[in-house]
Order: sequence, then C-alpha cells, then structure tokens
Amino acid sequence: MAGIVIGGVQKRFGDFQALRGVSLAVAPGEFVALVGPSGCGKTTLMRIVAGIERQDAGTIGIGGRDVGGLRAADRDVAMVFQSYALYPHLTVAENIAVPLTMRRLSAWQRLPLLGRFWPGARAARAAIAADAAQAARSLGLGAMLDRRPAQLSGGQRQRVALARAIVRSPRAFLMDEPLSNLDAALRVQTRREIVEIHRRVGATTLYVTHDQSEALTMADRVAVMLAGEILQVDSPARIYADPADLRVASFIGSPRINTLAAALRQDGAVTVAGTPMGLRASGEAGEATLALRPEDVRLDAHGPLAVQAEHLEFLGESTLLHARHAVLGTPIALRLPPGAAAPEGTFRLGFAPQRALVFGPDGRRRAAQALEAAHV
Amino acid sequence: MSETMALARPRLGAGGEALAGLMLCLPATLAYLLLLLLPTLAAVLLAFTDYELGAPALAWIGLGNFEELLGDQGFRIALRNTLVYVSIVAPVSIAGALALALLIEAAARGRALFRAVFFLPVVSLPVAMATAWQYLLHPTIGPVNAVLAQFGVAGPAWLTSSDTVLLSLAFIGIWEAIGFNLVLFLAGLTAIPRELHQAAEVDGVTSAWERFRLVTWPLLGPTTLFVVTITMIRAVRVFDSVAVLTQGGPNRASEVLLYTMYTEGFTFFRLGYSAAITLVFLAIVLALMLLQTKVLDKRVHYG
Repeated sequence: MAGIVIGGVQKRFGDFQALRGVSLAVAPGEFVALVGPSGCGKTTLMRIVAGIERQDAGTIGIGGRDVGGLRAADRDVAMVFQSYALYPHLTVAENIAVPLTMRRLSAWQRLPLLGRFWPGARAARAAIAADAAQAARSLGLGAMLDRRPAQLSGGQRQRVALARAIVRSPRAFLMDEPLSNLDAALRVQTRREIVEIHRRVGATTLYVTHDQSEALTMADRVAVMLAGEILQVDSPARIYADPADLRVASFIGSPRINTLAAALRQDGAVTVAGTPMGLRASGEAGEATLALRPEDVRLDAHGPLAVQAEHLEFLGESTLLHARHAVLGTPIALRLPPGAAAPEGTFRLGFAPQRALVFGPDGRRRAAQALEAAHV
Repeated sequence: MSETMALARPRLGAGGEALAGLMLCLPATLAYLLLLLLPTLAAVLLAFTDYELGAPALAWIGLGNFEELLGDQGFRIALRNTLVYVSIVAPVSIAGALALALLIEAAARGRALFRAVFFLPVVSLPVAMATAWQYLLHPTIGPVNAVLAQFGVAGPAWLTSSDTVLLSLAFIGIWEAIGFNLVLFLAGLTAIPRELHQAAEVDGVTSAWERFRLVTWPLLGPTTLFVVTITMIRAVRVFDSVAVLTQGGPNRASEVLLYTMYTEGFTFFRLGYSAAITLVFLAIVLALMLLQTKVLDKRVHYG
C-alpha cells in the first residue's frame, strides 16, 4: 500500500489563488478527510492529486514516486466522482470492468470487432468479467449486473462508482463528495459502508467533503481547509476539542462554537466586557477571543457571563437555549439537558475553564489554564 | 363575498371550459388544415388524375401516372442521381462535420470563429451562393481550374461535363450541409459531462481514440441519429443548386427528383404526373423518418 504526499501545491485560476501552498501527507492505508466550505479549494486539490488538473507549483507523490508530471491514467489511483460519472451506455458490469479493460487488454485486444479474436483476448476478457462481477457482488450489486445506470437508484449508482474504484487495487482512493447526492438516511448507511470497505481493502484514501459530520465520523485524520490553505490536520477528536485556529473552531462543530470578544490583561487573565473569566492565557496582552462549545456552557447563578434569554430550539436529545451577552450583545448558545427548566429574562452562565479556548487577534490558539476562583 | 368572487371570474362549467379550449386551438388547427393538410391531400388526389394546368377537365386514371413513372427513363435517371447524390453528401458531410467538431472542441482558442466560418454557408442565400460556385467552377475563368493549371492539371468542365456535374453538385451540397451538421455536433459535444472524460482518464484511457470510443461516440448517439436523418432528408430535397447551375443537364446527368417534379409540373404543366413524383419523394422521406424512429432509435442510448 502506498501513501500520498502533497508538497507545497499552488494553483491559480486567473486572478483567483485557489491553493496557496498546500502540504499534506496521507500515510499508507490511512483515511484522511479533507473538509472545508465550498470554494475552499479541496476539490481542486483532489483533482490535482488525481492528475485531472495540473498544479502551478509543488509536488505530488503517490506510493513513494513523484507523479506530479504524470497524466491521470499513469498515476494508478481510483476516483469516485460527486456525480459518480458512470458511463450511461454501459451496463453495471461493463462500467465496473472499464478500468480493468483499459489496463489488462492491449490496444489490439480492445479493437471493436477484431479484438475479440486477438490471441489471449478471450481468456483476459473472461477474467475481467469475473473480477468485475466479484467487485459488484461485494457491494450487493450482484443482481444488477446487466442494468444500465439510468435504471438504478442514486444509492445503487453510488455503489457502482465505488465498485469501479475497488475493482482493481489502486495505489490510492480519491473520493470527491461521494455522498452529497444521497438522501440523509442513505448517506449515514453508505458512510458506514465506505468505512467498512476501507477497513477491508486497507487502501490509502483521501476523502473530500464539506460535511463535517462525514469527516469526523469516517476519517482517521481530518484536514481542515479554508481559503486555499490547510489550517490543521489532526484526529477528529483533537480537531474538535483542540483546534489550533479560530477558523477551525468555528467551522467544526454544530451548533457553532460561541465566540466572545475578550481581552488579555497584563497578568494574563482573560476578561470579557471587563469581567474576569477565571482563566489565564499565554501571549501578548491585548485583544483576544474566548470560544466555548455550547455543551461546555451551563446555567450557573454565580457564573461570570450575564446573558439575556432569546429563544429555545428543541432538538430532541437536548434543547438549545439561545441567549445574548448582556453587555456585548454577542449570541451565546448552550445545550440544556432534556426536561431542564429554561430560564427567562436575565441570568448568568458559567463554564469549565479547562474546556475554554482562547485565541489571539491573529486567530491562533493561545495556551490557557484555569485560575483559582479566589484569585479572580 | 362569494357573489363578488363569481362576478370577478366568469363561471365556466366543464362544457364552457372545453369550448374555450377548442376556441383557443382553432387558429392553429385552421392554419394546419388549410396550409398543410389540404394541399397534401390535393397533391395525393392529383397524383391519380391526368390533370394538366389550364386543362378544362381532369380524369381519374388510378395508378396510370405511377405506371408511366416505372417506364419513364427520365424519372429513373433522376431517382438514381438523387440516390448517388445523397450517398455522397450524407456520409461525407456527417463524418466531416464530426471530425471538424472534435477538432474545434479540442482547440484552445478560436472556437467561436471556426463555428461562425463553417456556419456561414447555412445562413447564406443558396441561389446567390450557387452563382458564386458557378464562377468558381467555370472551366476557363474559374479560380479552381486556374489553381489546377498552376500544377499542370487541365481542370474539367465541372458543371457542364456529364462526368463531373453530379460530383460538383455533391461537393456544393457537402459545403452547405457541413456547417449545419457541425453546429449540431458541437452542441452535442458540449452536452457530454466533462466528468465522464475525466473518469475515463482516471480509469486508464490514454489515447484520444479510446476516449472517443468509450465516451464521446456513445454519448453523441442521439445527436448523430438526428444529424443522419436530417442530412439525408435535406440531401434528398436537393433543388436550388440544380435549378440555378445545371437545370438537370448536361444530358440529364444532374437530373434529380425534385427538379424532375418541377419541370414536369411547371414546364410541361403535367400537374398530375408531377404530383405522382411528389408522392414518391414523400415516401422516401417517410421511409427515412421511419428508419430513424424504428431501427436506429433502439440502438441509441438516451440520457
């Protein structure tokens, strides 16, 4: 198995700098999700790895060899497209067989009529058909080998695209938002199946998505991409709990993380609207941002945040309470356990200081630690 | 309240609504009946009579006109020439247009320019263009033979020799048809999703020929089917260039179906006979359309 190494890749479309020197290493057998909002350059990066698009600068290595100058056919990768890109005139079996036909048969053997009688063509074609049927069966498409894509449901087409990818053993799998055209229930199911396939095949996988829940649930590591840059590559748990950048913290997590304009005093204490938060952060004194996940905020009559209730959102397993900071007017959301009484009017909120995230004015994370309550 | 509503909107029962629908259909139905159906019907009926323009009476002669057609040397030549013309113009203009469309589609720049250049013959006036061709192909003062003379080749009398006249007309026909077909093929090519070409590349397709076989040609199927049908029907209809350039000559070497129909009807005023030829022409066109819908349609993949 091989890994993918992307080194300082840049790409420009006219005046638009799509990729600003992106580097990323996917270890052999690893599943890395590239997640970011639309237009951040993640699909462009994937297409450059596949060889469909050419980078302006930087290197692409797959399986230890430099493929930056090779065309897509010679890179030995398989790609699942967002639209599936199935050949509409070919049956399921023929679609899945295409990558094998192109690689195992010579140009003579592929000739329209004559090729059938070329030496060795019959045996090679039989082997290809067997392998394609095997790949189809492993994805539950065994009964649909003779159908055409137009006769399949969205989920079935998606499986055909997957089968076409796994039918040969490529050096790497590239998946470009493969689930975005499926309905919600099917998406969750297929998500599990793709992880299952990855576990079984063990192929290096780069998975592009704009859906953070896909990235967090499926990947070994998540690379968060914004505006043509990768901001952080980490395990899903660390991306969520330990973001290195305010933009990562804001992008990952639903509902969105609460951010409050804060100040860093000379002694390192973090204050919001002049009130000490019971936290000390490293770095230069001045402006900062305090970020709190909604589940880390709780009702606390002695808490440091005075807020005004706005409205409630019932989510089933919990209730989301939307409030506004009494002084700053910034929105703050918190999760209430089901059945909890929702406060009205003005009330106070507290949080566990060790769960609070502090970011500097440049958006970079600042190390923070809790202060003893007595010192405040 | 309900009364004002009823006043605001005229009350239409089921019958009233149907009547309104019929009234709305009436102008189009009338135009279809008067301009298309009745003349066609008249032509069909005329084909079974001996009607001549200006004749005081006409007689029903049944299949007499068609019997005469079978033995008519001129008609046989016209039919043969038309088939030869179609079998040259259709394949060459279709294959040529496809090749040009693929080249233009692959070009990095100048697509709009090439499209416009090749489409020009389609929008230009056929009669005026025929006159231009007459000059170009003139045996003594024409530029074509002047160029040939530079290479020491004595050019033939393109439009006045019975050996070359049909070929020359076919060439003009190709020149007219290729731009039209090209634009259709270009439209068909842009409708092919780019991702399919990219998927083919990732799947290991390296040559342009394989890409054409795997993606372009099958997905162009519906376009090709339409182009084949329309080109053949347009070629069977050849008339303008023959009427302007050769009048079917020399020695009937460029006599074609519609030109024979025209001379029989409007030079010899044998409208009944002319109508019979029209019916033969109509049968050929219908056969071509049937070929499209029944045979080819099944072998073409849609969507």
